[in-house]
Amino acid sequence: MTDRAPVIMIDGDLPTAASRAGTGRRAPAAGPGRVPLALALPAAAGLAFLVLPLVGLLARTPWSQLPARLAAPGVVDALRLSLVTATAATAVSVVLGVPLAWVLARRTFPGRRLVRALVTLPLVLPPVVGGVALLLVFGRRGLLGGWLASTFGVTVPFSTTAVVLAETFVAMPFLVISVEGALRAADARYEEAAATLGATPWTAFRRVTLPLVTPGLVAGAVLCWARALGEFGATITFAGNFPGRTQTMPLAVYLALESDPAAAIVLSLLLLAVSVAILAGLRERWISTP
Amino acid sequence: MRHLRTGTVAGAVALVLTGAGCAEHRATGSASQPTGSVTVLAAASLTESFTRIGKDFERAHPGVHVTFSFGGSSTLAQQITAGAPADVFASASPSTMKQVTDTGLAARTPSVFTRNQLVIAVPKGNPKRITGLADLAAPGVKVALCAPAVPCGAAAGTVLDAAHVTLTPVTLEQDVKAALTKVRLGEVDAALVYRTDARAVASQVDGVEFAQSASAVNDYLVVALRNSPNPTGAEAFADYVRSAAAEAVLTGAGFQRP
Repeated sequence: MTDRAPVIMIDGDLPTAASRAGTGRRAPAAGPGRVPLALALPAAAGLAFLVLPLVGLLARTPWSQLPARLAAPGVVDALRLSLVTATAATAVSVVLGVPLAWVLARRTFPGRRLVRALVTLPLVLPPVVGGVALLLVFGRRGLLGGWLASTFGVTVPFSTTAVVLAETFVAMPFLVISVEGALRAADARYEEAAATLGATPWTAFRRVTLPLVTPGLVAGAVLCWARALGEFGATITFAGNFPGRTQTMPLAVYLALESDPAAAIVLSLLLLAVSVAILAGLRERWISTP
Repeated sequence: MRHLRTGTVAGAVALVLTGAGCAEHRATGSASQPTGSVTVLAAASLTESFTRIGKDFERAHPGVHVTFSFGGSSTLAQQITAGAPADVFASASPSTMKQVTDTGLAARTPSVFTRNQLVIAVPKGNPKRITGLADLAAPGVKVALCAPAVPCGAAAGTVLDAAHVTLTPVTLEQDVKAALTKVRLGEVDAALVYRTDARAVASQVDGVEFAQSASAVNDYLVVALRNSPNPTGAEAFADYVRSAAAEAVLTGAGFQRP
């Protein structure tokens, strides 16, 4: 043992990756070294607080029944639906959210602060209320839904599309905030330089801005995907609950809790395992420290 | 630091004193007047009636305050088995009550105090002209049912079997109020809910009665809980729920006598 015995490695986390991407300068070095006790104690307590519930789940898991439970009808359907809808919601969020973040970060206009507050509204709105609000807009009698139904004969609620909409509504703010932060940290002079060299604003955005903020974008997309994957309240209110069509994993877990808590634990573990595997895989690929 | 410690000691003393108070209450039995607060966990379908019964009970016993937590019966049963501090449990089905009695958390044997059965809730005016269960299977009729895991969903399965009707609902809701909400918002054409739930929102919803409903009558049970912080109050409220006055409120809301 050397004199630096108690060393806590702090890996580069998401915000660091985002800010590092933006500045174009070297990130503050993360490396081995002493962690002051005043930081180490709350850090350890925080970690324990986040991890202990997981330990509780593992302790109550009926391991012997695990294979049979996972093979139960509906489990694979719910998992597949969750992965597909969360990915679709992330794609929609990137397509709509990145331009929104760019406008918020790069342009001044009256009411910008209000717009930013509105964008973050879904973060504070209870998701169940979000679900009702979506029904009031896209439902059969909703502001847009009535017109959709009478003109195209399309009804959105209780469909897989509704699941994607609910997840997008709840998860997109994570992406917008993350990308906006990366854009603010990124040096706008690169874009100005591109403009002086004759690039149109669109070209500068595509060839200069986007590559600069890619790590921030990926970090935001990962957060967005994780939030969408765990979405429950808005989904069950707006999309309902029907196996194979709108019953995602969180809904399956909730319903299983009503009748069979052991099954609910198994489903939760499966969701956790799959999401941790995917997030860890993405992290290695996109936002790992050099 | 010293202040903190004094506070902790004071708290511990207070706890011990309260505990002693409880023991005294228990010793004097149900003959003594209930006091303090009574926490009641009750099935979501009891929301309107129990809120009224609670007010009547408070009027009959000045100084007593009744607090309700309404929710799905199985969720409430889980909260009780997980140690939620509550005095009385009123469930919408024998099976959910059994979860509590099986873990030894009921103070005595639960008793049936009322019954409920299903109707077809349709938007006011019944735009799709639904007269019975068979109409629910017609193409273009969107139906919300409760999930099979909750009592109203189990009852829905029983009546549909009895009527030999097979239908594909658009959603399986997590509780009866959620199914009813979908009708109130106009997002579905019909839902199978309890008669009392449809009657509670009679301004927006019509309840269509159907013959097979009698094949799935739900028994509601009430019991004082063993770990009740206020045993006298708990017994008094559980008794009151079985009284003639409470029965009048329940039947007025559409419940049936046990």
